[in-house]
Amino acid sequence: MTASSGVQVLSGVQVGNTAYLLGCAALVMLMTPGLAFFYGGMVRAKSVLNMMMMSVVCLGVVGLVWVLGGFSLAFGDSTGGLIGNLDFAGLRDTTTVVGGDAGIPLQVFAMFQLMFAVITAALLSGAVADRARFWPFALFIALWTVLVYVPLAHWIFAFDGFVAERGGWMANTLGALDFAGGTAVEINSGASALALAVVLGRRRGWPQQPMRPHNLPAVLLGAGLLWFGWFGFNAGSALAAGAVAGNAFVTTMTASAAAVLSWLALEHRLDGRPTSLGAASAAIAGLVGITPACGYVDTFGALAIGLLAGVVCQLAIRLKYRLGYDDSLDVVAIHGVGGLLGMLMLGFVATSAVNEAGADGLLYGGGPAQLGKQVVAVLATAAFAFGVSFLLAWLVRATIGFRVDAEVEAEGIDEAEHAETAYDYTPLTTTGRSLGAARTEETPR
Amino acid sequence: MILVTAIVKPFALGDVKSALERLGVLGMTVSEVQGHGRQKGHTEVYRGAEYNVDFVPKVRVEVVVDDEVVERVLDAVVAAARTGKIGDGKVWTTRVDQVVRVRTGERGPDAV
Repeated sequence: MTASSGVQVLSGVQVGNTAYLLGCAALVMLMTPGLAFFYGGMVRAKSVLNMMMMSVVCLGVVGLVWVLGGFSLAFGDSTGGLIGNLDFAGLRDTTTVVGGDAGIPLQVFAMFQLMFAVITAALLSGAVADRARFWPFALFIALWTVLVYVPLAHWIFAFDGFVAERGGWMANTLGALDFAGGTAVEINSGASALALAVVLGRRRGWPQQPMRPHNLPAVLLGAGLLWFGWFGFNAGSALAAGAVAGNAFVTTMTASAAAVLSWLALEHRLDGRPTSLGAASAAIAGLVGITPACGYVDTFGALAIGLLAGVVCQLAIRLKYRLGYDDSLDVVAIHGVGGLLGMLMLGFVATSAVNEAGADGLLYGGGPAQLGKQVVAVLATAAFAFGVSFLLAWLVRATIGFRVDAEVEAEGIDEAEHAETAYDYTPLTTTGRSLGAARTEETPR
Repeated sequence: MILVTAIVKPFALGDVKSALERLGVLGMTVSEVQGHGRQKGHTEVYRGAEYNVDFVPKVRVEVVVDDEVVERVLDAVVAAARTGKIGDGKVWTTRVDQVVRVRTGERGPDAV
């Protein structure tokens, strides 16, 4: 039908939900440049641009892969609960309305899900800071999106009858709870990051040489943008502007706030000071922890998850030095461990009182069954993501090479990979010719 | 003529400059430098990992003055830069043989 203003509204579309989801998709998009600042500030000044570019290129690479075929394989009609088909390839079909009563145009849902795929891919770059070549990383991300992210998204996010008739096995057959991406986004990025860190090897000089963050204000800016965008990520995953979305917003805020305080308290106890990097990391850890749970727990469940995330993720970071793998920016400890925590906590603190589609955990009158389902989902995700990512990274390393030369790593990856440097410390260091040089010389002063 | 070199904490620069101006010392050279004294920098902690910052930012103030005022200049600089805490800095003097003002060619005390 056509409204009098000339705006076309498809039959069955819920305008409010559609507007809400469009806004949420845009919020989630902002998380990726936010992540670029979060990660960029944490590396050394000589490699900040490469760090940020690895996030930016994910918008390009994953955006295209998703539109061309990724979305369709994730949300098209399932084969055995394992993978979708190519019915929605190219997103050409503009007239489909999905989600039953939710009434969302297919394209809007596809864009919302696209932003999840982009930020998950960008998260991986934190494990290979300072040492990955740019194009091999972009190639890895393209392959990884199709072979790791898409299957996982299908397994957990594709519900029978929501977009296509048959969806993925975790969501439908297993019945694991994951509201906004504890498996496909968080545990996936943590396990894939670990595989990347292992295949690429340590940064030269790590852990003996100091590699401290070069710009903590940028880290805080990035964490702020991530926190802001995360409301679209979590509350948007309700896919409708209603009570469940409101609950997800409340639990998201509660958990991240609690994580900031528990992280800083523990940090003060262990290191003597509450730090800004700690606060930024804490917010992310709390947000990660609540992600799978935000639509299935009440405020007290969120409080418990947040407080635990601030402690558990921080302790996990300290393990890195004992185990000796160089996950540069702690993707494993914050996203992997945080996602694991949230998924398992659901087995204890989930309550169907806030969401009929949820379940009751052990502490809310349910039995151990839900916890068992959560454990299966966690193990399957971690094993699949680590295994396939390891093979892909190894393949890229063996064919076109994944790491920069030792000399480049020492002198700065920005200049070698991008012919740019982030900061102009003094004009003495820059000579050369600008495109307008000839004209300027002719102009008398 | 005496060259007075003062290494002070960056935030003390304003007070040192005011103190010198009150003594009629008008010209000075200021540079950002890094270094450490006996305490050897400090420790910073990032996500539990400790980093030793060996060289800390300081400001170097250099002025050339006549012999008669050098003691007063030393006292003024020390009074302005002192907080009583570790890392306040050092001041030392060096005898200067000759000074030439580039614009006029004047030499000696006239050029200061």
